[in-house]
Amino acid sequence: MTTLIKGTTLPNGSRADLAIEHGVFVDAAGVTADRTIDASGLIALPGLVDLHTHLREPGFEQSETVLTGTRAAAAGGYTAVFAMANTQPVQDTAGVVEQVQALGERAGYATVRPIGAVTVGLKGERLAEIGAMAASRAQVRVFSDDGMCVHDPLLMRRALEYVSTFGGVVAQHAQDPRLTEDAQMNEGVVSARLGLAGWPAVAEESIIARDVLLAEHVGARLHVCHVSTAGAVEVIRWAKARGIRVTAEATPHHLLLTEELAEGYDARFKVNPPLRTAEDVEALRAGLADGTIDIVATDHAPHPAEAKECAWGEAANGMVGLESALSVVHAAMVDTGLLGWADVARVMSRTPARIGGLRGYGDAFALGTPAHLALYDPAAHTTFSADSLHGRSTNSPYLGRELPGRVVHVFHGGVATVLDGELRPAEEVSR
Amino acid sequence: MRHLLSTAELTRQQALAILDTAEDMADVSGREIKKLPTLRGRTIVNLFFEDSTRTRISFEVAAKRLSADVINFSAKGSSVSKGESLKDTAQTLQAMGADGVVIRHPASGAPHTLAHAGWIDAGVVNAGDGTHEHPTQALLDAFTIRRRLHGAGSRGRDLDGVAVTIVGDILHSRVARSNIWLLALLGAKVRLVAPATLLPVGIGDWPVEAGFDLDAAVGERPDVLMMLRVQGERMHDAFFPGEREYSREWGLTDERLARLPASTMVMHPGPMNRGLEISAAAADSPASTVLDQVANGVSVRMSVLYHLLAGEES
Amino acid sequence: MAARILLQATDIQRALTRIAHEIVESNHGSSGLVLLGIPTRGVFLANRIGEVLEQIEPGSVAVGSLDVTMYRDDLTRHPTRLSNPTQIPPDGIDGKVVVLVDDVLMSGRTIRAALDALAAIGRPKAVRLAVLVDRGHRELPIRPDYVGKNVPSAATERISVRLQEIDAYEEVTIA
Repeated sequence: MTTLIKGTTLPNGSRADLAIEHGVFVDAAGVTADRTIDASGLIALPGLVDLHTHLREPGFEQSETVLTGTRAAAAGGYTAVFAMANTQPVQDTAGVVEQVQALGERAGYATVRPIGAVTVGLKGERLAEIGAMAASRAQVRVFSDDGMCVHDPLLMRRALEYVSTFGGVVAQHAQDPRLTEDAQMNEGVVSARLGLAGWPAVAEESIIARDVLLAEHVGARLHVCHVSTAGAVEVIRWAKARGIRVTAEATPHHLLLTEELAEGYDARFKVNPPLRTAEDVEALRAGLADGTIDIVATDHAPHPAEAKECAWGEAANGMVGLESALSVVHAAMVDTGLLGWADVARVMSRTPARIGGLRGYGDAFALGTPAHLALYDPAAHTTFSADSLHGRSTNSPYLGRELPGRVVHVFHGGVATVLDGELRPAEEVSR
Repeated sequence: MRHLLSTAELTRQQALAILDTAEDMADVSGREIKKLPTLRGRTIVNLFFEDSTRTRISFEVAAKRLSADVINFSAKGSSVSKGESLKDTAQTLQAMGADGVVIRHPASGAPHTLAHAGWIDAGVVNAGDGTHEHPTQALLDAFTIRRRLHGAGSRGRDLDGVAVTIVGDILHSRVARSNIWLLALLGAKVRLVAPATLLPVGIGDWPVEAGFDLDAAVGERPDVLMMLRVQGERMHDAFFPGEREYSREWGLTDERLARLPASTMVMHPGPMNRGLEISAAAADSPASTVLDQVANGVSVRMSVLYHLLAGEES
Repeated sequence: MAARILLQATDIQRALTRIAHEIVESNHGSSGLVLLGIPTRGVFLANRIGEVLEQIEPGSVAVGSLDVTMYRDDLTRHPTRLSNPTQIPPDGIDGKVVVLVDDVLMSGRTIRAALDALAAIGRPKAVRLAVLVDRGHRELPIRPDYVGKNVPSAATERISVRLQEIDAYEEVTIA
């Protein structure tokens, strides 16, 4: 099936035709197309890559599975997701990571790259079999205990060194557990009033400060997950200026939402790290714009309804975010003039792929490269609703909110996963 | 008024209406027949997810004095302790036709969730949620202060200019928060005294002055000294070194009691740790309003139930 | 539609004086009497009747108030009402002749509520009713013992009682 995409706007602003054949981009000139897509008015982005997703399978299939999670990803314009390790059993052996990878391949909606745990069972005691996971069919290069912080300094040092042995990177969930016991929301003016235990910014910043110095000392790469505070951005900026090989991600929700949303005790807004202040949002946006923050990563965290429809203190942390990510970045960064579409392609596709060691995303739309593509209508407006969600869970903070833009067509390795805003059926996409 | 979830949401008019109606409810409690027919046929559920005999009984007496039917639902030994969710419990109450729900819960915000999630039609009274609020406690405290100051002439009066000093674990105290909003609303001047570890970060815009020195605060001769219960276990999380030092620095000792003017009211929401935050002599002195607070609790809770459930908006 | 004046200030005071004398006459004196005004305006009327009785037989009459808010049968049909003080004189009502005093008598439901309120306080020897205006339209078998003025009225008409203790002028009008 040869697909011709006519009149799309590239991230650099120029108009072009694109063509896909046998799963790769081919010269559009002179192509005989089985399917032609009129893409005038649509922006062509390289398929988005999420370095931080929770697919919940194996173990928590009531919240999400690899199939439903990658369908949600495709609906959001993603063609690759890195699946975090806090499954059950934990992704701490070659067997489990190969299983998750295989599930992703069979589903076909997006490339699934499992992330390996740093420690066995995420317990923070012993290193997991990092070498085995790196050598497995899953070729794991990103290691994280996300959900938990690798807080023991000695263990973090060893992890940085050992993971670098295999050309990988440790992705740290920065949260000092002693400063955040039973924490419920950002510590500050709102938490004092609401009587909710606070999660102070320093509990994130102090771990990042320690980790960048450790990474410098042992000459390893470090990736910081979901940066959420202005102070953390400052620390990372300082570290990069010193030449430390640190990369950092920010979630779409931390670029848009603030702690006041906790005031109705609606647990859809409960997340770890928590929503912070307007000053923190400003600093994150500026950091993403100036490159201190390298990428956007969703931290897509599905939870069943009963884990959110309860008192705040009993609710689970997390928000789904794959379907809304591009629109939220559009609202927070493009509409505010902080990023252009070429920058969006960089922070949501090329750079996350580079950090994760994922090939095929280096040179967007280059002939002969895999056809990973998202066509986005920037002029559309939608009220985000449960119909906009395609995973198994509905814990989105954007329900009822007006968001700009709409993902119209998505191709994963040349296979259409989304056409005319609708997901293609599983039989068609599956390998 | 559909729900009473916090004193922060009350208007001055609503607060005074509740206090004034409580005056009439107090009169009923002085009669031989301590009963009004006002809420006859209404069902009020006491939904207590935290143990609390005193507050639950206070609400039960209040409801019964208004001729309402009362159902007590406590967490221990109920389906709640077996893992039934707040939502399922709420839907059961709705199916049973509860008109009012009095809820005490360990999670801040649970009454708010119960009132606004769309699970029940009943009016919701917050009887204490986590470390957030305990509005009826603040109302009975304000009622007690007003009565002690103005006696039979209390009706319609606020607490303009009354100096209230609250001492103790402000950080974890829902009583403190509710009192701060209500006292400020009624015109009182509020001062907080505690070690820095027990004062929340981020109280810069609260209508209070905060400090660490109880002796200095006593020297200011406040009209009311409100002592909060402090949990000795907090010393294990390094909030203070131990009971001896806490009591020495922030306890209402006999020596501090002697330095207070005789007219200063000594208040405590209970239960008291005699010898820790308050000496036995202080607790039993004529300045202590502790027993008045308990008696007034019934009158104030009758008033709250009346305002929530008697009129057409309910 | 202009309001018609039914009673002017002097008419009101004459009616209250007459009611006071009727009470003394039917009670064979003023011992054992307790006047309880129903808030708001019934209280002022009870005080005035009490003042007249005080002139007839000094030191004999006890005056107080009886709030009926909590005993009303129509609470859920209106926004929440604020209650008023109930002040029972020190000697109580047991064995006394209680005279309830109100400004306007219409359906009788207020008086029904007052009887319930009295029952919770004590056991009077007898209960009598004095009203400034009886405008008919009874819904319950309640009848007044002492009436200032009988005013046949349409149910849609409004009768307003203004007393200077609270309204700064005195008149009773119908519109």
